[in-house]
Amino acid sequence: MNWFLLKGLLRDRSRSLFPVIIVAAGVTLTVFLHAWLAGALSSMIQTTAHYKTGHVGVMTRTYAEKTDQIPNDLALLGVDTLLAALRKEYPDLRWTPRITFGGLLDIPDDMGETKEQVPVSGMGVDLLSANSPEWNILNIGPALVQGQLPKRRGEILIAEGLAGKLHIHPGQTATLISSTMYGSMTFVNFTFAGTVRFGVGPMDRSAIIADLSDVQAAMDMTDGAGMILGFFRDDLYHEDLADQLTARFNARYTNASAKFSPIMGTLRQQSGLSDYLDLVRFISNAIMGIFLAAMSIVLWNAGLTGSLRRYGEIGLRLALGEDKGHVYRSMIVESLMIGIAGSLIGTMIGAAFAYYLQVHGFDIGSMMKNGSLMITDIIRAKVEPLTLVVGFLPGVLATLFGSAISGIGIYKRQTSQLFKELEA
Amino acid sequence: MKYLIWSILAVPVAILFGQSQTGDEILQKVDRNMFSENKIIVSRMVIHGERGSRTVEVKSWQRGVKEAFSEFLAPAREQGTKMLKLQDMLWTFTPSTDRTILISGHMLRQSMMGSDLSYEDMMEDPHLPNLYAASVAGEESVNGRSCLILLLIAKKEDIVYNSRKVWVDKTRFVLVREELYAKSGKLLKRMDVREVMEVQKRWMAKSIFYKDVLKDGEGTEFLVDSLVLDAVIPDYLFSKAALKK
Repeated sequence: MNWFLLKGLLRDRSRSLFPVIIVAAGVTLTVFLHAWLAGALSSMIQTTAHYKTGHVGVMTRTYAEKTDQIPNDLALLGVDTLLAALRKEYPDLRWTPRITFGGLLDIPDDMGETKEQVPVSGMGVDLLSANSPEWNILNIGPALVQGQLPKRRGEILIAEGLAGKLHIHPGQTATLISSTMYGSMTFVNFTFAGTVRFGVGPMDRSAIIADLSDVQAAMDMTDGAGMILGFFRDDLYHEDLADQLTARFNARYTNASAKFSPIMGTLRQQSGLSDYLDLVRFISNAIMGIFLAAMSIVLWNAGLTGSLRRYGEIGLRLALGEDKGHVYRSMIVESLMIGIAGSLIGTMIGAAFAYYLQVHGFDIGSMMKNGSLMITDIIRAKVEPLTLVVGFLPGVLATLFGSAISGIGIYKRQTSQLFKELEA
Repeated sequence: MKYLIWSILAVPVAILFGQSQTGDEILQKVDRNMFSENKIIVSRMVIHGERGSRTVEVKSWQRGVKEAFSEFLAPAREQGTKMLKLQDMLWTFTPSTDRTILISGHMLRQSMMGSDLSYEDMMEDPHLPNLYAASVAGEESVNGRSCLILLLIAKKEDIVYNSRKVWVDKTRFVLVREELYAKSGKLLKRMDVREVMEVQKRWMAKSIFYKDVLKDGEGTEFLVDSLVLDAVIPDYLFSKAALKK
């Protein structure tokens, strides 16, 4: 019977083409939207981890309470010892210390007087060690636009956008004005080694990157760091593992009565990112839910339309003596075939679009000119196993339910009325 | 009859303790005692931060209310750093950068060297009667000294501390306690004079404890090691050229 029904669908395009197109279009959009949102969320998590929090981060208890203020007066001290312990006890992660700081960059004129002064957000990272993980984490090499990478102390990298605004070039000197961890004003001369473009709006607008030892000296933070960041070696954020690791570390190292004892936090826990990620996930799930509900209604409607259009055909079949249950089942099987075909086509088209955007990405830099969100300018879709299922099931089920509900009308047809209806 | 006796007694008591004077008159006396057109101060700030205490030693030359030159003498990290304040502009010179840098106006209100004093607090010596209208708000004994409490309200809009509550020693006319408030009425800073000294027949604060209530930490002690009033200060000191010398 199934083969017979399939042939019927193929030969009578008016019974199959429109429903398949509807299902395929809905599934395409669902698959694409899912992959796009998954990509955007993944990109945000990765960028936040790389440039801000790590997958896990170790800081002092009081620093953790005010991370958004970058309170370097509450920074970790004795970092070398703690770093060695972390590398020994938790070898599954790459550990690296960082100092994040704010300040002013003062550009001198030929007479040494202030020509320009702009606010900058800086990062002190391990740039000079041979085996520093920062080169990969921050993707510094490929991000270089002008000049060269720092080779010695006193050299810094500056965001390409900032360099353009200040009209400065590699080799020039500028003075960083900031404050030490004790609150004193500090002035340090740096030489621009090169300019970098990370493709992350806030970084490309105002970032400077200096070697950790230079920043430690400038901020009077000997053997200190704002945070020690930990990254899983596959560079993916494993929430369960991060939670376990954090609980283990805190049970061992954190002293609730000591303000400056180290405490570990996961990416989610830092700076209220937990709430933010939950919100983003809720919004993306809500969008998906609304979209799926709308698609189901459209497909259900398509099933109803099909049943109405085939009102005469069904009446004739019943008049010829076909059992109502048989007619109903045959319509269900037909809708299943249409649903499967449409979902397959939609999944393939949606996944193909998504894959294209996974490879090439979509530049939203112009829309994020003044945004402070740590997200890359180029958003890429992410095709994952769930992407292939997320549209398929609702595509099939919505068609099925549409036909099942609209087909109930078959049982309401009165045999005595059939010929009258056919005559009409 | 009882009220008459009290009234007769109250008049000489009020005269004796200065209640007959208006707040503005008392503030004028404070200003005459404490303000000096030119002064040279060598002072130490002991800053009690969350991670321990550190001491900063500074020599300052002040002329009038708007010109000041400071040189940091200690600790070694700050030694040789100089600051010049002319009107609302602040230039800083650090030997390590060999540069003179202009600090933006809003920075003047930032903490100086992590202390509870701002650059303005440290480098300005304002004529209080020019800036505030004073009224007597009561009397109180502070550290065994009988004091009048004055409430000062800013006469202009752009004054950092919109109002001040000051405790004035009744006989020495030196401030012994002060509370500084924002326009919203929020307490910003508190100051307690722990020791006074007599310099050139005037009473001046020798040891002051400052607390910026918006800031973490245990406050800052400001200790005057030497003070010369009406000093002769050469003009060149209030020029940018002096910073690099």
